[in-house]
Amino acid sequence: MYKIKLVPANTKIPFLKYRFMAFALSALLIVGSAIMFFGPGLNKGIDFEGGILIEVQFPEAPDLGDMRDSLGGLGLGGVALQTFGADDDILIRVQRQPGAAKAQEEAVTLVKSQLESDHGTEISYRRVEFVGPTVSEELVMAAIEAVTVAVFAILVYIWFRFEWHYSVGAIIALVHDVILTIGMFAVTGIEFNLASVAAILTIVGYSINDTVVVYDRIRENFRRFKKMPVAELINFSINETLSRTTMTSLTTLLALLALYIFGGEVIRGFAMAMIFGVIVGTYSSIFVAAPVLLQIGLTHRNEEEDGFKGAEKQGEAEAD
Amino acid sequence: MISFPTWKIVVVLLVCAFGVLYTLPNFVSKSSLEGLPEWLPTKQVNLGLDLQGGSHLLLQVDSEAVTLKMMDSLVDAVRDSLRQQGDNIGYRDLKHEDNVVSFTLRELADEEQARERLSVLSNIMPNGQRDTVISFGGDGVVTLTPSDQSMAARLSSAVDQSIEIVRRRIDETGVNEPSIQRQGTDRILVQLPGVDDPDRIKRLLGETAQMTFHLVDIAASSAPGDRVPPGSKRLPSIDEEGLSYVIKNRVMVSGENLEDAQATFQQGQPVVSIRFDGLGAKQFGRATTDNVGRPFAIVLDNEVVSAPRINEPILGGSAVISGGFNVQGAQDLALLLRAGALPAPLDILEERSVGPDLGADSIAAGKVAGIIGIIAVAVFMIASYGLFGVVANVALAMNMFLIMAVLSLLGATLTLPGIAGIVLTIGMAVDANVLIFERIREELRTGKTPFNAVESGFSRAFTTIIDANVTTGIAAVILFVMGSGPVKGFAVTLLIGIISSMFTAIMLSRMLITWWMLRKRPKTMEV
Repeated sequence: MYKIKLVPANTKIPFLKYRFMAFALSALLIVGSAIMFFGPGLNKGIDFEGGILIEVQFPEAPDLGDMRDSLGGLGLGGVALQTFGADDDILIRVQRQPGAAKAQEEAVTLVKSQLESDHGTEISYRRVEFVGPTVSEELVMAAIEAVTVAVFAILVYIWFRFEWHYSVGAIIALVHDVILTIGMFAVTGIEFNLASVAAILTIVGYSINDTVVVYDRIRENFRRFKKMPVAELINFSINETLSRTTMTSLTTLLALLALYIFGGEVIRGFAMAMIFGVIVGTYSSIFVAAPVLLQIGLTHRNEEEDGFKGAEKQGEAEAD
Repeated sequence: MISFPTWKIVVVLLVCAFGVLYTLPNFVSKSSLEGLPEWLPTKQVNLGLDLQGGSHLLLQVDSEAVTLKMMDSLVDAVRDSLRQQGDNIGYRDLKHEDNVVSFTLRELADEEQARERLSVLSNIMPNGQRDTVISFGGDGVVTLTPSDQSMAARLSSAVDQSIEIVRRRIDETGVNEPSIQRQGTDRILVQLPGVDDPDRIKRLLGETAQMTFHLVDIAASSAPGDRVPPGSKRLPSIDEEGLSYVIKNRVMVSGENLEDAQATFQQGQPVVSIRFDGLGAKQFGRATTDNVGRPFAIVLDNEVVSAPRINEPILGGSAVISGGFNVQGAQDLALLLRAGALPAPLDILEERSVGPDLGADSIAAGKVAGIIGIIAVAVFMIASYGLFGVVANVALAMNMFLIMAVLSLLGATLTLPGIAGIVLTIGMAVDANVLIFERIREELRTGKTPFNAVESGFSRAFTTIIDANVTTGIAAVILFVMGSGPVKGFAVTLLIGIISSMFTAIMLSRMLITWWMLRKRPKTMEV
């Protein structure tokens, strides 16, 4: 039976030879992300910005221009309209109203009654959401806290299981992935909301998963090949795990692609972020996380002094 | 020699049977579940509001109003204890400011007596501290400062009381299975399944509904802008713009003494019939007997609903409030009066309402994405690993069963991000198998026999699988602990997925492969 092999056996791709190119590319992308983040910024959803979101289904596709004029005349400040998956499905976003929670609530009522007077009562509200200013500030803080705590907890775990160089390398790769994903949000203008934070945290989990698999092999090979130069050893390990790295990325991407195409409009932004994150996470495991170990000076001696922490089991398996 | 102990087989089969059994109720309608024998599992996955449609409201108790009320009543209490019949202690400047009540004694000589009388206002709390600190400045200035703990306790009890009232009001509207929970110190999370337009409920929750009955101050001019005599106040009419009444501050009867309220009709007009409890009836009877011929005002949340004339003493404890209501207005007022008054106003901080169509669309889309995702991954796995791919797919399918079973059993709530989590798990679930198969491939390439290759493939992939999944699990746990609402739902499915994928890869796949190896005893093998 013929089997697909994404990566041929025993590849000897000199990944480490290109490491400075990869570092340069990553640095460029990070700087770009930072510029996009601080310049145009994120398209923050109401979770983080506060404000009102109403998704309305009309009996037939309405004229967005007329609707914009009509709702814009209510004195509620910025009103953004967009079709959402279908021509008759409109997403209305109204900026946060000055004043307390009550003001948001009144604005919702105002928009609803205007829509009903313009389009009759045949319209159906698919979603009505508003988030008051205090809540959105808390959500921002909670999101930042969650990402920070997650990264820190993972750092501690890797430190505990591996030599400290790995911990540093993994965090560099992680921060790299998070920054690029945030940059992607800024570049594409995909709404940044609570689901996006969940996406980033999942990317953190996925990326670290990928990195750990490569690290695991590097640690094992340090024990097997006591005389092999570190650069060669790292490169060899990347090649050994390359088949697995690409297989897992592909199966995950297949599932995410199904989600992106068929999962519905609400989840599309989330799926997009994840797809990007998986690609970046795979890239960073190979081109950032592993080469960084060499750059920050991991040597055979580090590993020996550390007693090949965590690698015992494989060492024994080797003996039979 | 390769082997798979019997106890492990039993464990694997039991877990798989559990997975299938506890997933099945989700494919059966609620009504037929009731007909099943009791020993069968009947729990279904709860659908979140974003999937079944419904409304989520985050309310905040107005803590400033609670504090204000507390300080007002402290001022009243101070006044009451200083002014006792026949034995007044002279004071001036009784007021509260920045959560401190202060006044000045007219005669310094009264200090001892004041100290004694006020002492009832300062009680020792369970933690050994006083709830109100009273201090005498020596120059006649006396201050009463409630401790932070007693303020917090007051707020907390106001929140508890609000939850109770909110629950009663919502129950009166007939919403099915509402969930009303406290969140943080001063917030209440209300979830209303099946309610996609919560306007009426929001309106009902927006009223504190404190009702009081006062005499109208007929001596004062009712023209706006005129001076209001002490002991009276001016309140606007609830329905007539610009009209206001001057009423006596003293409360004749309060809404707390209401026993029942119903919307009825009187001369074709919707009205609210009320009935007082024993104490209320007595107070109302006395007040109406003493004031025949004079108007009294029915005040709701500092607005005058109506100010009828007392034609005769009302002794039966029943009365009728007419105030130009429409039918809905009369029903709502009756409901609010029955449910009782909120101790403080509620603000709506956050609302998320999803219509039933969108929820159904999301479920349908999620199912399609899930099925297509599974098929795509399954085909790809068979194309890459052949027979071993089939094993991985069996593990994948079992994985889905286990996730659904655990979600059902925990009564966890499946949200849209939760569905996304499951679909994502499909992709990541095969990872553990991929790690093992790739390892077996490598071992085979080093010239090992199939048995040895499988054996060491599993054992060597094991640490990698643990390390890789624990790190992802850490991210999921943190999402669960720190995330809110939908994010939590996503974290739950992701976490269950990680655990069940490790189980299926390490135990189930291994068992299947061992069986196959023992039957076929292959001399050569290709993965």
